Amino acid sequence: MSKRYWNEKIECMDRDEMRALQSERLVKQVKHVWDNVPYYRKKMEEKGVTPDDIKGIEDLHKLPFLSKADLREGYPYGLLAKPLSECVRIQSTSGTTGKRVVAFYTQNDVDMWEDCVARAITAAGGTKDDICQVAYGYGLFTGGAGLHGGSHKVGCLTLPMSSGNTERQIQFMIDLGATILCCTPSYAAYIGETLHEMGYTPDDIKLKAGIFGAEPWTEEMRKQIEESLGIKAYDIYGLTETSGPGVAFECEEQHGMHINEDNFIAEIIDPDTGETLPDGSKGELVFTSITKEAFPLLRYRTRDICVLSRGKCSCGRTLVKMSKPMGRSDDMLIIKGVNVFPSQIETVLLKDFNATPNYQIVVDRVGNSDTFEIKVELSPDMFSDTIRDVSALERKLSADIVQILGIKAKISLVEPKSIPRSEGKAVRVIDKRKLV
Amino acid sequence: MTVKQLSVFVENRPGRLCAVTQALAEAGINIRAVSIADTKDFGIMRIIVNDTDKAVAALKERDFIASSANVIAVIADDKPGSMAAIMKTLYNDNISVEYMYAAFLNPEQGTACLILRVDSNDKAVTALTEAGCKLLSEEDIAKI
Repeated sequence: MSKRYWNEKIECMDRDEMRALQSERLVKQVKHVWDNVPYYRKKMEEKGVTPDDIKGIEDLHKLPFLSKADLREGYPYGLLAKPLSECVRIQSTSGTTGKRVVAFYTQNDVDMWEDCVARAITAAGGTKDDICQVAYGYGLFTGGAGLHGGSHKVGCLTLPMSSGNTERQIQFMIDLGATILCCTPSYAAYIGETLHEMGYTPDDIKLKAGIFGAEPWTEEMRKQIEESLGIKAYDIYGLTETSGPGVAFECEEQHGMHINEDNFIAEIIDPDTGETLPDGSKGELVFTSITKEAFPLLRYRTRDICVLSRGKCSCGRTLVKMSKPMGRSDDMLIIKGVNVFPSQIETVLLKDFNATPNYQIVVDRVGNSDTFEIKVELSPDMFSDTIRDVSALERKLSADIVQILGIKAKISLVEPKSIPRSEGKAVRVIDKRKLV
Repeated sequence: MTVKQLSVFVENRPGRLCAVTQALAEAGINIRAVSIADTKDFGIMRIIVNDTDKAVAALKERDFIASSANVIAVIADDKPGSMAAIMKTLYNDNISVEYMYAAFLNPEQGTACLILRVDSNDKAVTALTEAGCKLLSEEDIAKI
């Protein structure tokens, strides 16, 4: 009989007890931030709040918010709360230049993060007897490092495959008998397809579970992955700003993700007014890290829109559950697992065109992979009567987009006024993926 | 002596050529020669017309990207070897041809007309004239 919980005391803690724990940690954390992060202290002073005003979780709403803009302004060390000599790790958000977030970890932070991931692996049925194939990208991206660390903590035999080289992934899976697969859901779907193309069936592999995150996915996709690999597929949620994957995880019920509330206080706010909304309301998810030492973000706005629910879960955990994110309160897109802001594309266009032409981002999902196209209205200045010049422009845009975003986009030069406008305003993003 | 050529950016989707030619028709423009260079996603239509400025204005008004450039319209005898002779003349003077196409222009019996886009119009005009080739002017095109 496999262990049901990694940390039963915390995961099944009585609500009042959890609130008391959160309050105690919050008060301590606010003081730590006030003392060590001048940037946030200034924000608190501007709002007229001091650590004395924060006596418990009921005072959380008094604190100012942090957003991605603050992280950019503070880049790289502005929100650091520990001397660098106390830090042991840096991770960063996927690929981008303009919007990079760099997060710092002390050894305690890494331990906490890995403990959160260990809860997720345990909830997916993982024990020290499992062989865990980590096919998330390794490197600055938190996916590989997070699942790798959690897998070690549980005591699984860890296969640090990183992503790519799919046939080799499958060969190792078969030869070494991997039982748990960790990667992005689109990669899991692709591994499933490749498995069948190579002439294998789920009977040829020993996988029993998969832990998939870092990008939005649907219930249909879950079903498809579960069938093609013969597994149960679990969602995992997290963001570099708070640590990485493992902030929240799915249990056997596969319906909503339990938030590791002993480390992260979750709130739902109205994205327009900033007002805190009661449980069960749909709004923007905000996290307060109450145990992180090096990079403790208070009231960080994730921009993810979701719902929190405190109903009793059949798994026995009392940790609050968040729904799968239903959208964003900003214009960020997640394409092929990479965060993309339209403003980044504007930066490239401005550089290559000396002006911002009308453009449109078209995202779709073919099979289980995202397609990413940028249509750009050609301007008279950029036009030449030779194919060579126009194609060179296309190639330059394409290369600059890869440089900025880290992923490739198909560039389509189109005729002026061919991008539809509603009320005179061009429609910037067409997302045809049905992810909710 | 060069002639003006109209270039139009056209997306590779149904109806675009129809729209370009319709716009020219409505402006009363007569097409003398046409060629299309295409890639997977778009094409560049190059056209010799009787009034290039009017054609550019008519297309711009309809939100097309159109521009004009000077190209060479050279008359060749309609017999084997005459195009080769023109190419040899240009090659001897180290002039590169970016692209070329034939025009529906026969000002005299027994001749054909080639439209040439070269890297140096001045050099090409001199070389071809010295070699005895007849070049068409803007006025010639407008008259035909």
